[in-house]
Amino acid sequence: MSQDQKKKYQFLEHTADAKFQAFGHSLEEAFVNAVYATVSLMWDREKIGRKIQQPVRVKGRDLEQLLMNFLEEILYLLDSRMFLLHSVEKMKILRETDIYVLDAQFLGDINEKRYRPHGDVKAITYNEMEIHTNDRFMVQVVVDV
Amino acid sequence: MELKRINVYTYQILKHGNMKVPTVIYTSSKLLESIKRDRTLEQARNVACLPGIQKMAYVMPDGHQGYGFPIGGVAAFDLDEGIISPGGVGYDINCGVRLLKTDFMEKDVEAKRTELLAQIFRSVPAGVGKGGKLRLSRRVLEEVCLKGAEWAVENGYGARRDLERTEEYGRMKSADPSYLSKRAIDRGVPQLGTLGAGNHFLEIQKVDEIYDPEIAGVFGIHSLGQILVMIHCGSRGLGHQVASDYIRAMENRFRTSGLPDRELINAPIRSEMGQQYYKSMSAAVNFAFANRQMIAHWVRDVFKKIMGSSEGMDQVYDVCHNVAKFEKHDINGEEKEVCIHRKGATRSFGPGRKEIPEVYRSVGQPVIIPGSMGTASYVLAGTRQAEQLSFGSTAHGAGRMMSRHEARRRFRGEQIKQDLAEKGIELQSTSWRGIAEEAPQAYKDVDEVVKVSHEVGIGRLVVRVVPVSVMKG
Repeated sequence: MSQDQKKKYQFLEHTADAKFQAFGHSLEEAFVNAVYATVSLMWDREKIGRKIQQPVRVKGRDLEQLLMNFLEEILYLLDSRMFLLHSVEKMKILRETDIYVLDAQFLGDINEKRYRPHGDVKAITYNEMEIHTNDRFMVQVVVDV
Repeated sequence: MELKRINVYTYQILKHGNMKVPTVIYTSSKLLESIKRDRTLEQARNVACLPGIQKMAYVMPDGHQGYGFPIGGVAAFDLDEGIISPGGVGYDINCGVRLLKTDFMEKDVEAKRTELLAQIFRSVPAGVGKGGKLRLSRRVLEEVCLKGAEWAVENGYGARRDLERTEEYGRMKSADPSYLSKRAIDRGVPQLGTLGAGNHFLEIQKVDEIYDPEIAGVFGIHSLGQILVMIHCGSRGLGHQVASDYIRAMENRFRTSGLPDRELINAPIRSEMGQQYYKSMSAAVNFAFANRQMIAHWVRDVFKKIMGSSEGMDQVYDVCHNVAKFEKHDINGEEKEVCIHRKGATRSFGPGRKEIPEVYRSVGQPVIIPGSMGTASYVLAGTRQAEQLSFGSTAHGAGRMMSRHEARRRFRGEQIKQDLAEKGIELQSTSWRGIAEEAPQAYKDVDEVVKVSHEVGIGRLVVRVVPVSVMKG
């Protein structure tokens, strides 16, 4: 196992926004770790209850768009339902003819006073987005905070 | 990349490669150092390559690296050959600043300022993952997006005269909420009337220096120590979703090959997609105007309750610093309507422009430039030169120079709160970590930013204010 793969994710320097790389043994795992990196900017997911199951299905014309749409789901559920994510389960990425389809289940809870989120992510961006699938799985994302 | 120094505060990237126009950067040697460390210049050059761009691509004195366009980027596009780009507006559509004056002096609020801040904190919802006080239907939210601050005034938030003192009179008439996605509306419904988090704040400030008493007087600012209230926030999740939706839709339609940066995705202004984005963006702009109108109303209520009166709490102005709009400008000697993108840049119209209200038409519009947490903020006046030099635009704030990650590594929220307290500044926030990330040391020197703006002539110094009490989301 390389040094990188021991870590789930790491943050890199970026002046205005937040930039991270997330790693995995599979594309699915790297995507899930990208979710955890994004969430780490907003709340401590270990402290969130696993009370609510939220099925998620997103599509993308390419892997970048798939990742963008997947991460955006966190923000959508936060703003529209006050949903705070604890973990991702049953993650699966399928390639259909000209489109990628991702199915997963988010576990988490509705925001309560005791959770106290500490930061905001405004949007997921394509800026400096990279997805490596050759010898290792790594995704790099810059989010607007 | 060759950077040519034109004069002490003006630099140029000469036209080369695919650039259709040169790029001009208004900066000082000090500010330039931090610009050179990130991708600001490369991004500004990319903007100069876009179809239909007019005259020059500009970077304002607080410019820094964004996504696609740099923050502090200003560009104008021909209506027939040009494009409109969500990345040229930014994710937080109509992020902006509203300034209220009061007739109270520092000594009047001294004894009650803790109570004022605590009550404002209770009255104005803030933070992440929390809804506002209203339970709106989707239909009402669409009305908010259609009418902007007008909707808020009609529903009892503030006064009609506030509208006159709001950019676009608080309502972009181009808005068409029917183009908003279900997801955008879902995110907007719980969030109307909320401050948000991150760099958004609400400050009680005092006037610290008056550079131009005559113009300050027209703005309603007359004395050192006079208390003002500044509100900095935007269109919340609704605006972010509009940006994401149209970046995706434009990608699917036009593809990204050939673009130097995927975030530069755009659509011809005249195309159906371009028009849909413009109408949706306008709807998000209106959401943000309504949002600040409501927050301002709650602040006045708090003053009424704690100070006994909110008389004299007139709005100085409300400016948006993330927007695209159609304006007439002098392009090589001819007046022409163009599509201006201001991303992290403030409109800075000088005397005479019909877009600014009569009360300010003889002196130029107020330009509100917030500093970082705990530092000074400024009120400038728009200038006629700005119309020649930057399509009537100037800076929008301090601009970050250190990542949030690094700021968190270096500073502790508790320590910053104590440092500010020693300077006589009270601070309340929903999160210690948020305070550390917004440490004043993580930002560029706002004093230098406004100095460049003044020296170049794209915004004239009028008033400097410093915080008394700070509420952070």
